[in-house]
Amino acid sequence: MLKDFFVLGLNNLKRRKLRSWLTMIGIFIGIAAVVSLMSLGQGLQDYITDEFEKLGSDKIIIQPKGMGPPGSAGGSLILTSKDLKVIENVRGVEWAVGFLIKQGQARVGDESGIGFASGLTPEDRRSLNEIQGWGIIDGRDLKKGDKFKVVVGYNHIYGDIWDKPVRIGSNIEIEGYDFKIVGVMGKIGNPIDDGLLHVDKDILKEVLGVEDEESQIMVKTSPSFDTEEVAETIERKLRKSRGEKEKQETFNVQTSEQLLNTFQNIFAVVQGVLVGIAAISLLVGGIGIMNTMYTSVVERTKEIGTMKAIGAKNSHVLMLFLIESGLLGLVGGLIGVGIGIGLAKGAEYIAGIYIGTPLLQASMSPVIIIGALIFSFVIGTLSGVLPALQASRLKPVDALRYE
Amino acid sequence: MVERKKKTNNEIIRLKNVAKWYKAGDEIVKAVDGVDIVINKGDFVAIVGPSGSGKSTAMNLVGALDIATKGDIFLDNINIEKLHESDLAQIRGRKIGFVFQTFNLIPTLTALENVTLPMIFQRVPYEERVARAKELLTKVGLDHRLTHLPNMLSGGERQRVAVARALANDPEVILADEPTGNLDTKRGEEVAQMFNKLSDEGKTIILVTHDMYVAKHADRIYKLKDGKIENKSGRK
Repeated sequence: MLKDFFVLGLNNLKRRKLRSWLTMIGIFIGIAAVVSLMSLGQGLQDYITDEFEKLGSDKIIIQPKGMGPPGSAGGSLILTSKDLKVIENVRGVEWAVGFLIKQGQARVGDESGIGFASGLTPEDRRSLNEIQGWGIIDGRDLKKGDKFKVVVGYNHIYGDIWDKPVRIGSNIEIEGYDFKIVGVMGKIGNPIDDGLLHVDKDILKEVLGVEDEESQIMVKTSPSFDTEEVAETIERKLRKSRGEKEKQETFNVQTSEQLLNTFQNIFAVVQGVLVGIAAISLLVGGIGIMNTMYTSVVERTKEIGTMKAIGAKNSHVLMLFLIESGLLGLVGGLIGVGIGIGLAKGAEYIAGIYIGTPLLQASMSPVIIIGALIFSFVIGTLSGVLPALQASRLKPVDALRYE
Repeated sequence: MVERKKKTNNEIIRLKNVAKWYKAGDEIVKAVDGVDIVINKGDFVAIVGPSGSGKSTAMNLVGALDIATKGDIFLDNINIEKLHESDLAQIRGRKIGFVFQTFNLIPTLTALENVTLPMIFQRVPYEERVARAKELLTKVGLDHRLTHLPNMLSGGERQRVAVARALANDPEVILADEPTGNLDTKRGEEVAQMFNKLSDEGKTIILVTHDMYVAKHADRIYKLKDGKIENKSGRK
């Protein structure tokens, strides 16, 4: 019987093609927005989780507080080599690496631009590349005693940073000093890392006139130690050596897992807000369905009377109209899911081609797709409840007499 | 509660002092006012009268489409005035077949689907109801119009589909409200003869009309005026 009612419902929707389509637009815009935003958000989270997994859960990151993009910290909110020493001496720290990431001017021939330079000692570079799975694809890495040598990020050679061809052996000017390119990093996948200039830490300090500064310190915990406990000890020791009070620290100590959680919480909030906005459009779509169904009940009053005359119970009429409005929602949802997947894939493609970032990856989990379909059917059905009740409660004689 | 009347003969419908009053503004309109009718199984009865005489209201009451203001209506010895809407729907679906002046076919459904619809509400299995619908449409001479939508059929054909639909659940009673009202004389006569044939097959037929030529097909004619039966005439 239910199957017959579905067939009858589909028949009625087909009869009012234009109106059905217009009604469904309301639903599929909303569903498309929800599906694309959720799948891109999921993709972003997957990417970040993946990156953190590569990093490993035994890492601790120490940064100056209030640090925005790397290199932008100013004033007294910096970490120094003294802090690095303190950290190295904490029990459970296997090794600690201090980075210097700074913004500066780079020039090739008569072209110039602002870029980021990363300074590390050659040993630290090796351990870090190993952790991240990064490597050189052309030329060689920096080695001890390399002065004014640079390993460039992938985009310097293969991307569109420079109009002129740049290759191994040619020069890049950083803050007025010529550096010879000795190697190229493999593609990492985000424009910042792929645009980095890697030079020796001491040279970078010299070139930029930086005295003693660490932009970020990364720690690997010894296998037998608990990462969180080590992080707490580092925080305590640093506080003491820097003479700061609890809760008023000018630095941040976070384990990689805490960092991941922070990111995930931020994304969850951002995604929640975006999906919330999309949900408002779904609500509007639902009201559209309700409007269509009310119109339909009025138009088909006589038909409802006829159906009751030939034996339809109130429950049959109720079910017929509910199925019809549910179908409006479901079909709208199906189209919306299709468009949503298209939008997300399109965003992924555009981001990949024009920005060169893998951060926007559409992640089509069945949960999102099936969830969206169920949700759209439920919205359709709920929107039809009041019109369907009105239809089912019509008195047969009144309905038949309706003109 | 189902009230059963003591079974005496082969009567199928009994109206006992039935009245239907409407409120129109401050005035009370007595559309049907104290009607007593007894109809036996297999009778072919016509109810005639000018428009506003209350004949359609009377038919709606007999067909369980409306509830009387007072009086009792027994259908197959069950007082339908005491029944709940879902039971009335069941009675309309099983015991009564309706034929309307404006055909009232569902415009999105083909002739065949229109005839199967009453059987869907009675949960008749798919194969069985399609076979039955084909049989009925063949009987009314429309076996070549099975997949036609109502708007592709002529008035006479539409009314024949409606007759086939009325017969779908093999009801005991056929109620026809001005079935020839929208048809020309020739098609009207065809439909009227169809009712004669059904009457011969044992169906009880109540025909509401203002057309005396059509009413003459019936065995008995009730004339209604101002909600009351003016006179009764007939062969039986």
